[in-house]
Amino acid sequence: MNLEDIIQETKTYYCLECGKCTSICPVARYDPAFSPRMLIENALLGFEDELVFNQKLFSCLTCYTCQQECPSDVDFPIFVRKARTIAQDNGQHGVCAHSGQLQSLARLMTSPTIKQKRLEWLSKEYSVSENSDVLLWVGCAPYFEPIFEDIEFRALDITEASLKVLNLLGIKPKLLTDEKCCGHDALWTGDIETFKKLAEHNAAQIKEAGVKKIVFSCPEGYRTFKLDYPNYVDLGCEVQHISELLAEKIGQKGVKFKEINKKVTYQDPCRLGRHLGVYDAPRKVLESIPGIELVEMKHSGWESICCGTSAWTNCDSYSNLLRTERLSEAVETGAELLITACPKCQTHFRCAMVDKGEEHRPTPKIEIMDLANLVANAIEEGR
Amino acid sequence: MAEFEPKIIAFACNWCTYAAADIAGTSRIHYPANVRIVRVMCSGMVDPIYVLKAFEMGADGVLVAGCHGIDCHYLNGPVKCDAMFEKLKRVVNTLGLEDERLRREMISTSESPIFAQVIEEMVEQLKKVGPSPFKVKMEALA
Repeated sequence: MNLEDIIQETKTYYCLECGKCTSICPVARYDPAFSPRMLIENALLGFEDELVFNQKLFSCLTCYTCQQECPSDVDFPIFVRKARTIAQDNGQHGVCAHSGQLQSLARLMTSPTIKQKRLEWLSKEYSVSENSDVLLWVGCAPYFEPIFEDIEFRALDITEASLKVLNLLGIKPKLLTDEKCCGHDALWTGDIETFKKLAEHNAAQIKEAGVKKIVFSCPEGYRTFKLDYPNYVDLGCEVQHISELLAEKIGQKGVKFKEINKKVTYQDPCRLGRHLGVYDAPRKVLESIPGIELVEMKHSGWESICCGTSAWTNCDSYSNLLRTERLSEAVETGAELLITACPKCQTHFRCAMVDKGEEHRPTPKIEIMDLANLVANAIEEGR
Repeated sequence: MAEFEPKIIAFACNWCTYAAADIAGTSRIHYPANVRIVRVMCSGMVDPIYVLKAFEMGADGVLVAGCHGIDCHYLNGPVKCDAMFEKLKRVVNTLGLEDERLRREMISTSESPIFAQVIEEMVEQLKKVGPSPFKVKMEALA
Protein backbone atom coordinates (compact mmCIF):
# COMPACT_ATOMS: atom_id res chain seq x y z
CA MET A 1 0.00 0.00 0.00
CA ASN A 2 1.34 3.42 -0.85
CA LEU A 3 0.65 6.79 0.68
CA GLU A 4 -1.75 7.86 -2.06
CA ASP A 5 -4.00 4.84 -1.41
CA ILE A 6 -4.01 5.56 2.29
CA ILE A 7 -5.05 9.16 1.69
CA GLN A 8 -7.88 8.00 -0.59
CA GLU A 9 -9.03 5.30 1.76
CA THR A 10 -9.10 7.33 4.98
CA LYS A 11 -10.39 10.47 3.19
CA THR A 12 -7.50 12.45 4.60
CA TYR A 13 -7.91 14.91 1.70
CA TYR A 14 -10.97 16.33 3.46
CA CYS A 15 -8.67 17.79 6.13
CA LEU A 16 -9.42 21.47 6.71
CA GLU A 17 -6.20 22.10 8.64
CA CYS A 18 -8.32 23.34 11.53
CA GLY A 19 -6.11 21.65 14.11
CA LYS A 20 -8.92 20.39 16.31
CA CYS A 21 -7.23 16.98 16.36
CA THR A 22 -4.04 18.40 17.79
CA SER A 23 -5.90 20.55 20.29
CA ILE A 24 -7.82 17.59 21.71
CA CYS A 25 -5.05 14.99 21.36
CA PRO A 26 -3.98 13.77 24.81
CA VAL A 27 -0.41 13.15 23.63
CA ALA A 28 -0.01 16.54 21.95
CA ARG A 29 -0.99 18.22 25.22
CA TYR A 30 2.27 17.02 26.77
CA ASP A 31 4.54 16.25 23.85
CA PRO A 32 5.17 19.45 21.84
CA ALA A 33 6.76 17.47 19.01
CA PHE A 34 3.66 15.36 18.37
CA SER A 35 0.95 16.77 16.18
CA PRO A 36 -1.72 14.78 14.32
CA ARG A 37 -2.34 17.75 12.05
CA MET A 38 1.34 17.90 11.11
CA LEU A 39 1.36 14.17 10.28
CA ILE A 40 -1.63 14.65 7.99
CA GLU A 41 -0.11 17.74 6.39
CA ASN A 42 3.08 15.85 5.62
CA ALA A 43 1.05 13.14 3.94
CA LEU A 44 -1.05 15.57 1.90
CA LEU A 45 1.96 17.56 0.74
CA GLY A 46 3.62 14.33 -0.32
CA PHE A 47 6.45 14.45 2.21
CA GLU A 48 6.41 10.70 2.69
CA ASP A 49 9.80 10.50 4.39
CA GLU A 50 8.87 13.13 6.97
CA LEU A 51 5.83 11.05 7.84
CA VAL A 52 7.31 7.58 7.73
CA PHE A 53 10.68 8.23 9.34
CA ASN A 54 9.14 10.34 12.08
CA GLN A 55 9.45 8.44 15.35
CA LYS A 56 6.39 10.33 16.59
CA LEU A 57 4.24 8.35 14.17
CA PHE A 58 4.38 5.59 16.76
CA SER A 59 3.42 7.92 19.63
CA CYS A 60 -0.21 8.09 18.52
CA LEU A 61 -2.41 6.19 20.96
CA THR A 62 -4.98 5.47 18.25
CA CYS A 63 -7.48 6.31 20.98
CA TYR A 64 -10.00 7.90 18.57
CA THR A 65 -10.37 11.12 20.57
CA CYS A 66 -9.37 13.22 17.55
CA GLN A 67 -11.82 11.50 15.27
CA GLN A 68 -14.71 12.46 17.57
CA GLU A 69 -13.91 16.14 17.05
CA CYS A 70 -12.85 16.15 13.41
CA PRO A 71 -15.34 18.23 11.35
CA SER A 72 -14.30 16.41 8.15
CA ASP A 73 -14.53 12.96 9.65
CA VAL A 74 -10.96 12.03 8.79
CA ASP A 75 -10.20 8.59 10.17
CA PHE A 76 -6.88 9.55 11.76
CA PRO A 77 -6.24 6.33 13.75
CA ILE A 78 -6.67 4.21 10.63
CA PHE A 79 -4.50 6.66 8.71
CA VAL A 80 -1.78 6.21 11.34
CA ARG A 81 -2.19 2.44 11.32
CA LYS A 82 -1.75 2.27 7.56
CA ALA A 83 1.12 4.77 7.54
CA ARG A 84 2.82 2.50 10.07
CA THR A 85 2.75 -0.37 7.59
CA ILE A 86 4.84 1.78 5.24
CA ALA A 87 7.10 2.63 8.18
CA GLN A 88 7.51 -1.08 8.97
CA ASP A 89 8.47 -1.74 5.35
CA ASN A 90 11.18 0.87 5.83
CA GLY A 91 12.44 -0.76 9.02
CA GLN A 92 10.81 1.68 11.43
CA HIS A 93 8.95 0.25 14.38
CA GLY A 94 8.93 2.84 17.10
CA VAL A 95 10.52 2.38 20.49
CA CYS A 96 9.18 -0.89 21.81
CA ALA A 97 8.38 -0.98 25.51
CA HIS A 98 9.62 -3.90 27.62
CA SER A 99 12.50 -4.19 25.15
CA GLY A 100 10.16 -5.54 22.48
CA GLN A 101 9.39 -8.82 24.26
CA LEU A 102 5.68 -8.58 23.61
CA GLN A 103 6.13 -7.94 19.89
CA SER A 104 8.59 -10.81 19.75
CA LEU A 105 6.12 -13.14 21.47
CA ALA A 106 3.49 -12.34 18.86
CA ARG A 107 5.96 -13.13 16.09
CA LEU A 108 7.07 -16.35 17.80
CA MET A 109 3.45 -17.44 18.09
CA THR A 110 3.05 -17.37 14.32
CA SER A 111 5.07 -20.59 14.14
CA PRO A 112 2.65 -23.35 13.14
CA THR A 113 4.46 -26.12 15.02
CA ILE A 114 4.43 -24.80 18.58
CA LYS A 115 2.40 -26.49 21.29
CA GLN A 116 1.55 -23.90 23.90
CA LYS A 117 0.92 -24.73 27.54
CA ARG A 118 -1.44 -21.87 28.13
CA LEU A 119 -4.05 -23.36 30.45
CA GLU A 120 -1.81 -24.47 33.31
CA TRP A 121 -3.43 -21.91 35.63
CA LEU A 122 -6.85 -23.51 35.24
CA SER A 123 -7.89 -25.10 38.52
CA LYS A 124 -10.71 -27.49 39.31
CA GLU A 125 -12.87 -24.88 41.01
CA TYR A 126 -13.91 -23.59 37.60
CA SER A 127 -16.09 -25.60 35.30
CA VAL A 128 -15.37 -25.60 31.61
CA SER A 129 -16.99 -27.68 28.95
CA GLU A 130 -15.67 -29.05 25.70
CA ASN A 131 -19.06 -28.94 23.99
CA SER A 132 -20.08 -25.45 24.98
CA ASP A 133 -21.47 -22.91 22.54
CA VAL A 134 -19.68 -20.12 24.34
CA LEU A 135 -15.95 -19.57 24.20
CA LEU A 136 -14.00 -17.49 26.70
CA TRP A 137 -11.05 -15.82 25.03
CA VAL A 138 -8.02 -15.97 27.32
CA GLY A 139 -5.71 -14.02 25.04
CA CYS A 140 -2.29 -12.91 26.23
CA ALA A 141 -3.03 -13.19 29.96
CA PRO A 142 -0.78 -16.26 30.56
CA TYR A 143 2.13 -14.35 29.02
CA PHE A 144 1.47 -11.13 30.92
CA GLU A 145 1.50 -13.03 34.18
CA PRO A 146 5.31 -13.39 34.59
CA ILE A 147 6.19 -10.24 32.66
CA PHE A 148 4.16 -7.89 34.88
CA GLU A 149 4.83 -9.55 38.19
CA ASP A 150 6.96 -6.60 39.31
CA ILE A 151 4.08 -4.16 39.16
CA GLU A 152 1.83 -6.54 41.09
CA PHE A 153 -0.51 -7.04 38.20
CA ARG A 154 -2.02 -10.49 37.70
CA ALA A 155 -3.64 -10.63 34.30
CA LEU A 156 -4.98 -14.11 34.97
CA ASP A 157 -6.96 -12.74 37.92
CA ILE A 158 -9.20 -11.07 35.36
CA THR A 159 -9.55 -14.27 33.35
CA GLU A 160 -10.29 -16.29 36.47
CA ALA A 161 -12.85 -13.73 37.62
CA SER A 162 -14.54 -13.80 34.21
CA LEU A 163 -14.64 -17.56 34.34
CA LYS A 164 -16.12 -17.50 37.83
CA VAL A 165 -18.78 -14.99 36.78
CA LEU A 166 -19.69 -17.06 33.73
CA ASN A 167 -19.93 -20.18 35.89
CA LEU A 168 -22.19 -18.44 38.38
CA LEU A 169 -24.41 -17.28 35.53
CA GLY A 170 -24.76 -20.91 34.56
CA ILE A 171 -22.43 -20.81 31.56
CA LYS A 172 -19.69 -23.40 31.27
CA PRO A 173 -17.47 -21.90 28.59
CA LYS A 174 -15.04 -23.63 26.34
CA LEU A 175 -11.37 -22.65 26.49
CA LEU A 176 -9.03 -23.13 23.56
CA THR A 177 -5.75 -24.89 24.22
CA ASP A 178 -4.06 -23.46 21.18
CA GLU A 179 -5.37 -19.98 20.66
CA LYS A 180 -2.77 -17.39 19.77
CA CYS A 181 -2.33 -13.68 20.29
CA CYS A 182 -5.24 -11.89 18.58
CA GLY A 183 -2.71 -9.77 16.69
CA HIS A 184 -4.06 -6.43 17.86
CA ASP A 185 -0.65 -4.98 18.63
CA ALA A 186 0.91 -6.34 15.46
CA LEU A 187 -1.88 -4.78 13.41
CA TRP A 188 -1.68 -1.38 15.08
CA THR A 189 2.10 -1.21 14.77
CA GLY A 190 1.85 -1.98 11.08
CA ASP A 191 3.08 -5.58 11.17
CA ILE A 192 0.37 -6.90 8.85
CA GLU A 193 2.16 -10.12 8.00
CA THR A 194 2.22 -11.30 11.62
CA PHE A 195 -1.37 -10.18 12.09
CA LYS A 196 -2.62 -12.15 9.10
CA LYS A 197 -0.94 -15.35 10.23
CA LEU A 198 -2.36 -15.03 13.74
CA ALA A 199 -5.82 -14.18 12.45
CA GLU A 200 -5.86 -17.16 10.10
CA HIS A 201 -4.76 -19.53 12.85
CA ASN A 202 -7.33 -18.22 15.32
CA ALA A 203 -10.16 -18.28 12.81
CA ALA A 204 -9.36 -21.92 11.97
CA GLN A 205 -9.28 -22.82 15.67
CA ILE A 206 -12.64 -21.16 16.27
CA LYS A 207 -14.24 -22.84 13.27
CA GLU A 208 -12.98 -26.19 14.52
CA ALA A 209 -14.37 -25.48 17.99
CA GLY A 210 -17.76 -24.77 16.45
CA VAL A 211 -18.83 -22.16 18.98
CA LYS A 212 -21.61 -19.62 18.51
CA LYS A 213 -20.31 -16.85 20.72
CA ILE A 214 -16.92 -15.64 21.95
CA VAL A 215 -16.76 -13.71 25.22
CA PHE A 216 -13.84 -11.35 25.81
CA SER A 217 -12.47 -9.91 29.02
CA CYS A 218 -10.08 -7.75 26.97
CA PRO A 219 -11.46 -4.92 24.81
CA GLU A 220 -8.47 -5.07 22.45
CA GLY A 221 -9.20 -8.65 21.50
CA TYR A 222 -12.88 -7.75 21.23
CA ARG A 223 -12.19 -4.88 18.86
CA THR A 224 -9.85 -6.95 16.74
CA PHE A 225 -12.34 -9.78 16.40
CA LYS A 226 -15.29 -7.53 15.80
CA LEU A 227 -13.89 -4.93 13.40
CA ASP A 228 -10.61 -6.20 12.00
CA TYR A 229 -10.96 -9.95 11.56
CA PRO A 230 -13.90 -9.67 9.12
CA ASN A 231 -11.56 -7.86 6.69
CA TYR A 232 -9.20 -10.81 6.61
CA VAL A 233 -10.94 -13.98 7.78
CA ASP A 234 -14.40 -15.41 8.22
CA LEU A 235 -15.29 -16.13 11.84
CA GLY A 236 -18.92 -17.14 11.57
CA CYS A 237 -19.83 -16.42 15.17
CA GLU A 238 -20.93 -13.65 17.48
CA VAL A 239 -18.48 -11.74 19.70
CA GLN A 240 -19.27 -10.00 22.97
CA HIS A 241 -17.44 -8.22 25.75
CA ILE A 242 -18.05 -9.57 29.23
CA SER A 243 -19.57 -6.27 30.35
CA GLU A 244 -22.20 -6.50 27.59
CA LEU A 245 -22.98 -10.07 28.54
CA LEU A 246 -23.34 -9.06 32.18
CA ALA A 247 -25.56 -6.08 31.35
CA GLU A 248 -27.81 -8.46 29.42
CA LYS A 249 -27.99 -11.06 32.18
CA ILE A 250 -28.35 -8.73 35.13
CA GLY A 251 -31.97 -7.86 34.44
CA GLN A 252 -32.88 -11.54 34.48
CA LYS A 253 -34.14 -13.13 37.64
CA GLY A 254 -31.84 -15.26 39.69
CA VAL A 255 -28.80 -12.99 39.48
CA LYS A 256 -28.19 -11.60 42.94
CA PHE A 257 -25.43 -9.37 44.25
CA LYS A 258 -24.30 -8.89 47.79
CA GLU A 259 -23.76 -5.38 49.04
CA ILE A 260 -20.38 -3.74 48.49
CA ASN A 261 -20.18 -0.30 50.05
CA LYS A 262 -17.71 1.53 47.90
CA LYS A 263 -17.43 4.72 45.94
CA VAL A 264 -16.02 3.85 42.55
CA THR A 265 -15.09 5.59 39.34
CA TYR A 266 -14.86 4.09 35.89
CA GLN A 267 -12.14 4.41 33.26
CA ASP A 268 -13.47 3.89 29.73
CA PRO A 269 -10.94 1.82 27.79
CA CYS A 270 -10.49 3.46 24.40
CA ARG A 271 -11.07 0.24 22.46
CA LEU A 272 -14.33 -0.46 24.28
CA GLY A 273 -15.60 3.11 24.41
CA ARG A 274 -14.63 5.20 21.42
CA HIS A 275 -13.78 2.32 19.12
CA LEU A 276 -16.93 0.28 19.73
CA GLY A 277 -19.27 2.68 21.50
CA VAL A 278 -19.79 0.51 24.59
CA TYR A 279 -20.24 3.12 27.30
CA ASP A 280 -23.46 2.10 29.01
CA ALA A 281 -23.04 -1.62 29.58
CA PRO A 282 -20.22 -1.39 32.17
CA ARG A 283 -21.99 1.48 33.95
CA LYS A 284 -25.22 -0.49 34.07
CA VAL A 285 -23.35 -3.40 35.63
CA LEU A 286 -21.71 -1.14 38.22
CA GLU A 287 -24.98 0.56 39.13
CA SER A 288 -26.78 -2.72 39.61
CA ILE A 289 -24.46 -3.78 42.42
CA PRO A 290 -26.03 -2.58 45.67
CA GLY A 291 -23.90 -0.21 47.73
CA ILE A 292 -21.74 0.84 44.78
CA GLU A 293 -21.78 4.55 44.17
CA LEU A 294 -20.48 5.46 40.71
CA VAL A 295 -18.90 8.88 40.36
CA GLU A 296 -17.65 10.08 36.99
CA MET A 297 -14.25 11.63 36.41
CA LYS A 298 -13.83 15.09 34.91
CA HIS A 299 -13.38 13.47 31.52
CA SER A 300 -15.62 10.47 31.01
CA GLY A 301 -17.51 8.72 28.26
CA TRP A 302 -16.19 9.69 24.83
CA GLU A 303 -14.01 12.40 26.38
CA SER A 304 -12.21 10.01 28.70
CA ILE A 305 -8.43 10.10 28.63
CA CYS A 306 -6.49 7.08 27.44
CA CYS A 307 -4.16 5.22 29.80
CA GLY A 308 -1.15 6.51 27.90
CA THR A 309 0.33 3.80 25.70
CA SER A 310 -1.00 1.54 23.04
CA ALA A 311 0.47 -1.55 21.38
CA TRP A 312 3.52 -1.39 23.65
CA THR A 313 5.31 1.29 21.66
CA ASN A 314 6.74 4.70 22.46
CA CYS A 315 6.04 4.61 26.19
CA ASP A 316 7.90 7.71 27.36
CA SER A 317 7.81 10.38 30.05
CA TYR A 318 4.87 12.03 28.26
CA SER A 319 2.88 8.82 28.56
CA ASN A 320 3.64 8.82 32.24
CA LEU A 321 2.44 12.42 32.62
CA LEU A 322 -0.78 11.42 30.89
CA ARG A 323 -1.28 8.54 33.29
CA THR A 324 -0.54 10.69 36.30
CA GLU A 325 -3.10 13.22 35.10
CA ARG A 326 -5.71 10.51 34.66
CA LEU A 327 -4.93 9.07 38.10
CA SER A 328 -5.31 12.50 39.72
CA GLU A 329 -8.69 12.86 38.02
CA ALA A 330 -9.68 9.53 39.53
CA VAL A 331 -8.47 10.54 42.99
CA GLU A 332 -10.20 13.94 42.75
CA THR A 333 -13.60 12.27 42.43
CA GLY A 334 -13.18 10.99 45.98
CA ALA A 335 -13.60 7.40 44.81
CA GLU A 336 -11.68 4.70 46.62
CA LEU A 337 -11.63 2.30 43.71
CA LEU A 338 -10.85 2.79 40.04
CA ILE A 339 -12.66 0.31 37.85
CA THR A 340 -11.55 -0.42 34.32
CA ALA A 341 -12.53 -3.07 31.83
CA CYS A 342 -9.20 -3.52 30.07
CA PRO A 343 -6.15 -5.44 31.34
CA LYS A 344 -3.85 -3.01 29.58
CA CYS A 345 -5.31 0.06 31.29
CA GLN A 346 -4.59 -1.69 34.54
CA THR A 347 -1.01 -2.54 33.53
CA HIS A 348 -0.30 1.06 32.60
CA PHE A 349 -1.86 2.63 35.67
CA ARG A 350 -0.18 0.18 38.01
CA CYS A 351 3.12 0.85 36.29
CA ALA A 352 2.66 4.60 36.79
CA MET A 353 1.84 4.07 40.47
CA VAL A 354 5.09 2.14 41.06
CA ASP A 355 6.88 5.42 40.33
CA LYS A 356 6.76 7.54 43.48
CA GLY A 357 6.82 10.80 41.52
CA GLU A 358 8.58 13.98 42.54
CA GLU A 359 8.72 15.28 46.08
CA HIS A 360 6.40 18.23 45.46
CA ARG A 361 4.17 16.18 43.18
CA PRO A 362 3.84 12.57 44.26
CA THR A 363 2.04 10.12 41.97
CA PRO A 364 -1.62 9.87 43.01
CA LYS A 365 -2.50 6.46 44.40
CA ILE A 366 -5.79 4.65 44.05
CA GLU A 367 -6.82 1.03 44.24
CA ILE A 368 -7.49 -0.34 40.77
CA MET A 369 -9.58 -3.31 39.77
CA ASP A 370 -11.15 -4.86 36.70
CA LEU A 371 -14.91 -4.84 36.28
CA ALA A 372 -14.91 -8.65 36.12
CA ASN A 373 -13.15 -8.88 39.48
CA LEU A 374 -15.63 -6.56 41.15
CA VAL A 375 -18.57 -8.50 39.78
CA ALA A 376 -16.95 -11.80 40.79
CA ASN A 377 -16.63 -10.48 44.35
CA ALA A 378 -20.20 -9.21 44.43
CA ILE A 379 -22.13 -11.97 42.75
CA GLU A 380 -23.78 -14.41 45.13
CA GLU A 381 -23.16 -18.08 44.91
CA GLY A 382 -25.90 -20.70 44.90
CA ARG A 383 -28.45 -18.63 43.05
CA MET B 1 19.55 -36.93 5.65
CA ALA B 2 22.47 -35.80 7.78
CA GLU B 3 22.16 -35.99 11.54
CA PHE B 4 20.48 -32.97 13.10
CA GLU B 5 23.07 -30.55 14.43
CA PRO B 6 21.54 -28.15 16.92
CA LYS B 7 22.55 -24.50 17.00
CA ILE B 8 23.15 -23.06 20.42
CA ILE B 9 23.53 -19.40 21.22
CA ALA B 10 25.46 -18.81 24.44
CA PHE B 11 25.40 -15.44 26.16
CA ALA B 12 28.66 -15.50 28.09
CA CYS B 13 29.81 -12.98 30.67
CA ASN B 14 33.05 -11.26 29.73
CA TRP B 15 34.70 -11.83 33.11
CA CYS B 16 33.94 -15.48 33.78
CA THR B 17 32.29 -17.67 31.22
CA TYR B 18 33.79 -16.03 28.16
CA ALA B 19 37.23 -16.34 29.75
CA ALA B 20 36.44 -19.97 30.60
CA ALA B 21 35.55 -20.64 26.96
CA ASP B 22 38.75 -18.91 25.91
CA ILE B 23 40.86 -21.03 28.28
CA ALA B 24 39.03 -24.15 27.07
CA GLY B 25 40.36 -23.22 23.64
CA THR B 26 43.96 -22.54 24.69
CA SER B 27 44.07 -25.71 26.77
CA ARG B 28 42.69 -27.66 23.81
CA ILE B 29 39.66 -29.06 25.57
CA HIS B 30 37.35 -30.57 22.97
CA TYR B 31 33.69 -29.65 22.84
CA PRO B 32 31.10 -29.65 20.03
CA ALA B 33 31.20 -26.82 17.53
CA ASN B 34 27.43 -26.23 17.78
CA VAL B 35 27.73 -23.23 20.03
CA ARG B 36 27.94 -19.59 18.96
CA ILE B 37 29.15 -17.44 21.81
CA VAL B 38 27.93 -13.89 22.27
CA ARG B 39 30.14 -12.00 24.68
CA VAL B 40 28.23 -9.73 27.03
CA MET B 41 29.72 -7.56 29.75
CA CYS B 42 27.67 -9.19 32.50
CA SER B 43 25.02 -11.89 32.71
CA GLY B 44 22.87 -9.23 34.41
CA MET B 45 22.61 -7.31 31.14
CA VAL B 46 21.02 -10.19 29.24
CA ASP B 47 17.55 -8.98 28.42
CA PRO B 48 14.65 -11.37 27.73
CA ILE B 49 14.52 -10.03 24.18
CA TYR B 50 18.04 -11.32 23.44
CA VAL B 51 16.88 -14.82 24.19
CA LEU B 52 13.53 -14.49 22.41
CA LYS B 53 15.24 -12.98 19.38
CA ALA B 54 17.69 -15.89 19.30
CA PHE B 55 14.76 -18.31 19.19
CA GLU B 56 13.01 -16.16 16.62
CA MET B 57 16.07 -16.39 14.38
CA GLY B 58 16.18 -20.15 14.62
CA ALA B 59 18.36 -21.09 17.60
CA ASP B 60 17.63 -24.56 18.98
CA GLY B 61 18.93 -23.77 22.41
CA VAL B 62 20.08 -20.77 24.40
CA LEU B 63 22.57 -20.75 27.24
CA VAL B 64 22.88 -17.81 29.59
CA ALA B 65 26.10 -18.15 31.55
CA GLY B 66 27.99 -15.87 33.89
CA CYS B 67 29.87 -15.57 37.16
CA HIS B 68 28.97 -17.25 40.41
CA GLY B 69 27.07 -14.89 42.68
CA ILE B 70 30.00 -13.60 44.72
CA ASP B 71 32.42 -13.27 41.80
CA CYS B 72 30.45 -10.64 39.93
CA HIS B 73 32.50 -7.78 38.58
CA TYR B 74 29.52 -5.49 39.07
CA LEU B 75 28.33 -6.70 42.49
CA ASN B 76 24.90 -8.13 41.71
CA GLY B 77 24.74 -9.12 38.03
CA PRO B 78 23.90 -12.80 38.65
CA VAL B 79 21.08 -11.80 41.01
CA LYS B 80 19.56 -9.67 38.26
CA CYS B 81 20.11 -12.42 35.75
CA ASP B 82 18.44 -15.02 37.97
CA ALA B 83 15.40 -12.81 38.46
CA MET B 84 15.14 -12.20 34.70
CA PHE B 85 15.70 -15.86 33.93
CA GLU B 86 13.02 -17.14 36.27
CA LYS B 87 10.37 -14.99 34.57
CA LEU B 88 11.65 -15.70 31.09
CA LYS B 89 11.55 -19.41 31.76
CA ARG B 90 7.85 -19.15 32.58
CA VAL B 91 7.15 -17.19 29.40
CA VAL B 92 9.08 -19.67 27.30
CA ASN B 93 7.35 -22.63 28.98
CA THR B 94 3.96 -21.11 28.16
CA LEU B 95 5.08 -20.90 24.55
CA GLY B 96 5.58 -24.64 24.76
CA LEU B 97 9.35 -24.85 24.45
CA GLU B 98 11.03 -27.81 26.14
CA ASP B 99 13.03 -27.20 29.31
CA GLU B 100 16.25 -28.32 27.64
CA ARG B 101 16.24 -25.41 25.22
CA LEU B 102 16.94 -22.72 27.75
CA ARG B 103 19.66 -23.14 30.31
CA ARG B 104 21.25 -20.96 32.96
CA GLU B 105 24.72 -21.78 34.24
CA MET B 106 27.33 -20.21 36.48
CA ILE B 107 30.82 -20.93 35.17
CA SER B 108 33.87 -19.15 36.53
CA THR B 109 37.13 -18.49 34.66
CA SER B 110 38.86 -21.54 36.08
CA GLU B 111 36.00 -23.88 35.16
CA SER B 112 36.69 -24.37 31.47
CA PRO B 113 36.15 -28.18 31.65
CA ILE B 114 32.70 -27.45 33.07
CA PHE B 115 31.97 -25.14 30.14
CA ALA B 116 32.89 -27.90 27.71
CA GLN B 117 30.79 -30.37 29.67
CA VAL B 118 27.74 -28.07 29.68
CA ILE B 119 27.94 -27.62 25.92
CA GLU B 120 28.32 -31.38 25.40
CA GLU B 121 25.29 -32.06 27.59
CA MET B 122 23.21 -29.44 25.85
CA VAL B 123 24.06 -30.71 22.38
CA GLU B 124 23.22 -34.26 23.42
CA GLN B 125 19.88 -33.23 24.94
CA LEU B 126 18.96 -31.03 21.98
CA LYS B 127 19.70 -33.82 19.54
CA LYS B 128 17.11 -35.89 21.38
CA VAL B 129 14.55 -33.06 21.52
CA GLY B 130 14.98 -32.17 17.85
CA PRO B 131 14.86 -28.86 15.97
CA SER B 132 13.19 -25.84 17.52
CA PRO B 133 9.54 -25.37 16.53
CA PHE B 134 10.35 -21.80 15.52
CA LYS B 135 12.85 -23.00 12.96
CA VAL B 136 10.17 -23.94 10.45
CA LYS B 137 9.46 -20.32 9.76
CA MET B 138 13.12 -19.51 9.23
CA GLU B 139 13.70 -22.41 6.87
CA ALA B 140 10.64 -21.44 4.86
CA LEU B 141 12.22 -18.04 4.36
CA ALA B 142 15.61 -19.38 3.29
